[in-house]
Amino acid sequence: MGGIPHDHYEPKSSGEKWLHKRLPIVSLMYDTLMIPTPKNLNWMWIWGIVLVFTLVLQIITGVVLVMHYVPHVDMAFASVEHIMRDVNGGHMIRYFHMNGASLFFVAVYAHIFRSLYYGSYKSPREVTWIIGMLMYLLMMGTAFMGYVLPWGQMSFHGTAVITGLFGAIPFVGESVQTWLLGASAVGQPALNRFFSLHYLLPFILLGLTIVHVWAFHTTGNNNPTGVEVRRTSKEDAEKDTLPFWPYFVIKDLFALAIIIAIFMAVVGFMPNYLGHPDNYIPANPLATPSHIVPEWYFLPFYAILRAFDGEVWLVIAVNWLTFGIIDAKFFGVIAMFGAIVVMALAPWLDTSTVRSGRYRPMFKWWFWLFVVNFILLMWVGARPAEGIYPYISLIGSTYWFAYFLVILPLLGVIEKPTTPPATIEEDFNAHYGAKGDSGDAVASPAE
Amino acid sequence: MFRKLSCSAALVLALTAGQATAAEVDTEVTDYAFSFEGPFGSYDQMQLQRGLQVYTEICSACHGLEYLAFRNLSDEGGPGLPEDQMRAYAEFYDVFDPTLFDGEGDFRPATPADRFPESGLSSAPDLTLMAKARAGFHGPYGTGISQFVNGMGGAEYIASLMTGYHEEPECALEGEPMDGFYNVAFAAGGFPESCKDENGKHKVPGSWISMGQPLWGDDVVYEDGSPTDLESVSMDVAAFLMWTAEPKLMARKQAGLTGVLFLTVLSVLLYLTNKRLWAPHKKKS
Repeated sequence: MGGIPHDHYEPKSSGEKWLHKRLPIVSLMYDTLMIPTPKNLNWMWIWGIVLVFTLVLQIITGVVLVMHYVPHVDMAFASVEHIMRDVNGGHMIRYFHMNGASLFFVAVYAHIFRSLYYGSYKSPREVTWIIGMLMYLLMMGTAFMGYVLPWGQMSFHGTAVITGLFGAIPFVGESVQTWLLGASAVGQPALNRFFSLHYLLPFILLGLTIVHVWAFHTTGNNNPTGVEVRRTSKEDAEKDTLPFWPYFVIKDLFALAIIIAIFMAVVGFMPNYLGHPDNYIPANPLATPSHIVPEWYFLPFYAILRAFDGEVWLVIAVNWLTFGIIDAKFFGVIAMFGAIVVMALAPWLDTSTVRSGRYRPMFKWWFWLFVVNFILLMWVGARPAEGIYPYISLIGSTYWFAYFLVILPLLGVIEKPTTPPATIEEDFNAHYGAKGDSGDAVASPAE
Repeated sequence: MFRKLSCSAALVLALTAGQATAAEVDTEVTDYAFSFEGPFGSYDQMQLQRGLQVYTEICSACHGLEYLAFRNLSDEGGPGLPEDQMRAYAEFYDVFDPTLFDGEGDFRPATPADRFPESGLSSAPDLTLMAKARAGFHGPYGTGISQFVNGMGGAEYIASLMTGYHEEPECALEGEPMDGFYNVAFAAGGFPESCKDENGKHKVPGSWISMGQPLWGDDVVYEDGSPTDLESVSMDVAAFLMWTAEPKLMARKQAGLTGVLFLTVLSVLLYLTNKRLWAPHKKKS
């Protein structure tokens, strides 16, 4: 795969040959597991496995939870408490599922930032990136709908706020909102359809995972140098790569074990740390919580949503130019979704010919500022929209857009990148030395 | 019936509660030390039994525990009442059974399978989950990352609320008389204009709560002779309500500890496997 020359599966026994003629499934598994993988991958390349693990964890725990959950406005909250109290191991299953959502987003943000730093989104891996962004959107939708199901105070009022965003769309907003909720307000129809979709979307996510993996197996993995694996001959390719099994499987499992250990500590010792206390109060349409705050993984985008209020000159100008069609609220909604759109367009906005941030002296600074800015937005998203906080939101949001729309295009033109190593082998040997025991390999790319 | 009557005094005042305010309110929540804090903390069975007594004799007059079943009182990691005691305790309560009287329903003594009654008073919230609903790091009773060591903060809040009734501050006497009772731990109640400065900032902590002071010290007589001062009784009932909110806390911490230990061993083994696997390809290792 990936145009990287490597050995293929040869059916040997007559049974294998019989099956191979009819369904080459063993061959498919062999090629998937034995894919030549750049041997210099660092520890930031483990998040994919963590994500696969988390998706499976969420599906398994979710399927069990559904066996006991009742999607009815009068019974949903009590059925979750039933799971927490009466179902065998129910409290652990539910806490796994609840914190699993957070693990999912920790992993996906690490995965995305890795791609942004090492230029994994760049040609020829744009399709992998776009599918990844779609998966990220689906994840957010799934997480949001899942949060509605316990039917606590935050579930209810959070849903009202988020679906209210669609109400900001000019002309059709109210109809769209009613269509989404199945009623004019959050209630039984909304709970039922969110439950249905919360069960459906993870399986679409699973399907997209396969396409995502298929896409990068076609192009081959990126790696910390951003230099492609040599495809000139099988011998050259083998100097740059090692098969996924067993080298990367064991490495990934090691990392995964540490991450699950931390996850287990959170679930065991502080499972409600990332949740909101108000969601242990049954939903009450008549009592609105004083602070409606989304889950931590939505906070950066929530900050962007709120950043563009009616006092920002850009919002005022747009409002005036569009004769009031795009008001501050709708502008905020556009900004929030736009933030993800510009990120999805990164492959075409980044003009640099050098892939990895390791060899881009200016890019590095802007990238780390982007990471800090992301955390800043997350922090300010949880603050009330008063005092100095809206200004911080506005500066942070502006930087988010500037990073993709101005800095990435400009850097490619003005930056003088350093020279990446000629081959992956050279990079690997610079870190770890040449092959030790055989003695025949010399750390020379010239051979 | 006795319980219903005993709270009527509080009831009248409860119905005339002040409006909730969205402003940030300073509160005084004491960080009481509970036995169930930290990764290795566990419930103190005797304290839970004392807390159950406080709930039964005082709180249950107005507040329900609708998610808790009587049989839970005998569960492992809880108050651990012997089964005969638990049955006798349940029979003390009357529950409505819609299957009696050919479907018309009637009251009967509760069995272990029944749940505690709901709040008898519409303005008195159910207490089962209160320790979790008032926990934590987003709200005003925050303990942040120190939750890991110090617990969620919900029980601290409940105990502080019980001990937080103070004389009305002088500024409150200047303006309109306030409904309810001044409590330094309560954030969501009414607040007099005369106690705010020119920027609307509160000059005194807490706010006015509709519930009258329920505990005064020496409200109960403990069989085991434990102290019955206000703080001790408050902590006992707070611990009990932490248990009603999180009855599987000890099983969960046990599972967490087992999981972390097992995964740590697995990590070490995988680390060694990985090191050995890669060694032929790395000269320096």
